[in-house]
Amino acid sequence: MTIATEIRSFIVENFLFGDTSYELADETSLIEADLIDSTGILELVSHVEATYGIAIKDAEIVPDNFDSIARIASFIAGRGVSQAA
Amino acid sequence: MCGIVGYFGPDVAPSQAEMLLRSMADAVAHRGPDEMGIYANGDIGLGHRRLSIVGLGDGQQPMHSADGNYVISFNGEIFNYVELRTELIARGERFRTGSDTEVLLRLFMRHGEAALDRLNGDFAFAIYDRRRKRLTLARDRVGVRPLFYTTVGNTLAFASEVKALLAFPGVNAEMDLEALDQVFTLWAPLAPQTAFKGISELPPGHVMTVEGGRITTRAWWSLDFPDAGDTDNRGEDQVADELLALLDDATRIRLRADVPVGAYLSGGLDSSLVSALAARQIGKRLRTFSVTFDSAEHDESAYQAEMVKLLGTDHTSIATSGADIARVFPAVVRAAERPILRTAPAPLFRLSAHVRNAGYKVVLTGEGSDEIFAGYDIFREARVRRFVARNPRSQFRAHLFRRLYHYLPGIQSQSAEYLSAFFGAGADGLDDPLFSHRPRFRATAQAKLFYSEDLRASLGGYDAAAALAATLPERFGKWHPMHQAQYLETRYLLSGYILASQGDRVSMANAVEGRFPFLDHRLVEFAARIPTGMKLRGLDEKHILKRAARDLVPPSIASRPKQPYRAPDSESFRDAPYVDEALATPTGLFNPAAVAKLAQKARGGTMTGFRDNAAFVGILSTQLWHRSFADKSNTSSLTENAA
Repeated sequence: MTIATEIRSFIVENFLFGDTSYELADETSLIEADLIDSTGILELVSHVEATYGIAIKDAEIVPDNFDSIARIASFIAGRGVSQAA
Repeated sequence: MCGIVGYFGPDVAPSQAEMLLRSMADAVAHRGPDEMGIYANGDIGLGHRRLSIVGLGDGQQPMHSADGNYVISFNGEIFNYVELRTELIARGERFRTGSDTEVLLRLFMRHGEAALDRLNGDFAFAIYDRRRKRLTLARDRVGVRPLFYTTVGNTLAFASEVKALLAFPGVNAEMDLEALDQVFTLWAPLAPQTAFKGISELPPGHVMTVEGGRITTRAWWSLDFPDAGDTDNRGEDQVADELLALLDDATRIRLRADVPVGAYLSGGLDSSLVSALAARQIGKRLRTFSVTFDSAEHDESAYQAEMVKLLGTDHTSIATSGADIARVFPAVVRAAERPILRTAPAPLFRLSAHVRNAGYKVVLTGEGSDEIFAGYDIFREARVRRFVARNPRSQFRAHLFRRLYHYLPGIQSQSAEYLSAFFGAGADGLDDPLFSHRPRFRATAQAKLFYSEDLRASLGGYDAAAALAATLPERFGKWHPMHQAQYLETRYLLSGYILASQGDRVSMANAVEGRFPFLDHRLVEFAARIPTGMKLRGLDEKHILKRAARDLVPPSIASRPKQPYRAPDSESFRDAPYVDEALATPTGLFNPAAVAKLAQKARGGTMTGFRDNAAFVGILSTQLWHRSFADKSNTSSLTENAA
């Protein structure tokens, strides 16, 4: 499974409650699409840390790194992870 | 304080009138357990359930005028009835009773609808003029007391609560899908719409006349603010002095009753100030009541204890756990008669039962202050959003959001970039009339994710926020942005949620009347004219009120960080036995698979965000609403009844 696929699956399960009919592009802004709130971002960061075994600094929790599936996948890949755990 | 019911029109057979009025009145018996009265004559029927507070022995209703030409059924209180009575006596009127009902009736007979302007009170009433065959229904300025109506054939039926209308043949409970969408956006139905299709609410400050088969409705009062550029040269001391004098008088006339009056003491500035003024006026020990919570996040008992000690009140509190909230929640939904997104009404439902058991029928509360003096976070949030929007790249400005929500851990740990993004800083148009409320509406609307395909299809492109924007008065655009926000909060959320689901409905469910000194119309109108900078000074909310209260409320209460009244939400229902069955009730409104996952998340105890909590409580309350009302639809009809 690719990182992007795994992240998509987490988002669909946790923020869309399993609704696979929602058209979620890799580049969709999670905030602009109203998919994520202040608690949601913490859930997401916690998931990434636990699943990929990486520690994320507060300064890294910014929309540039986490506001779309593509950005999250790129952020994780940038930490040397090549595929979903 | 009572419950009123009635009808006007040709469709009720005379032989059925009494039974019909009785069954309608029985449906609101909780509002008035002390007495019951009905009047039926031809096309008109009036019923009344009484909670005796003023004129205990002679205030029975429906009340007739001495000449028999007028009949009134009245719910509420006219707090300035003493002054109005004196004035009417000076003009030659002779009174048969000591009640405020007779004062209202005589004033109306003299002045007609113009009498409304003279009333300082919380009311919903029906007055029938037998000679003109004209029915007048009216409701107080801000909507403290409720009034609902519907039409069946050529007959208008009305009542204090929808339950009574459901006793009227031909009236059925069916969810108004637009109103549901309004709740899932704005937190409350947009009056005149209600959760019930075909049943309307007479909006606050409105009067309805029914004559010759024609129904006309008009606003007799509306909230207004000065133009944005208007200047006010009054100094803070002068404004604070006037404010306190008005609040003191508002409290004084709200202590008028032939039964003892208690007070809610939450531990915040507003109820502390009202209690301090009341304690000073009654000259004996004030009886006070409060709610406490197990969870430190919601509990304010330390502040309550401080005020109790300071004022020397005779105080009791009722501890509320999540399990307590879950236990009463179905009854709360039945009382509120609409879906709700928060559990906050539940502790107040329990509190009113406690008050009633303590032998009290009337309590003063601090409700209304946050609206008229800009106490809610939403006013500060809007100010910060405007500040950030002027320089969206600033790292420093967005950190102010953390100061606003010191009690929300999820906000504290966010970066400035995310804070800006979550609050839409820079994204919302500064000239959008709903600018102040957009983040709330957006966050709430996220719960629509759980709508079923059918519900989405039925709603089509319906936009509840646009529907709200379409009702704004012409003058709205001339007001200061903070006054626009205050208007939205007062006109819609105060009457549609705070005074309804969290106020009248949960207190009257246990026959307890709430009285709100901050909502005295003199104070509401005075506060609207206070310069915005005196209400919200920087980020210091209710600045002018704190100044007015400085000799009555200690700084530890007046200047404590603002803590909005909240109660535990989804976590309350973890062990509630009815939840699974209620959520599984096939209403067709929500997506069952998604709701099952949401319920699972709630049971896991990991649900902490606003969206998930609002969705869970909103869906559960909608399902409970359906079970309580729509599943028990009225199958009788006027024809069958008449036969």
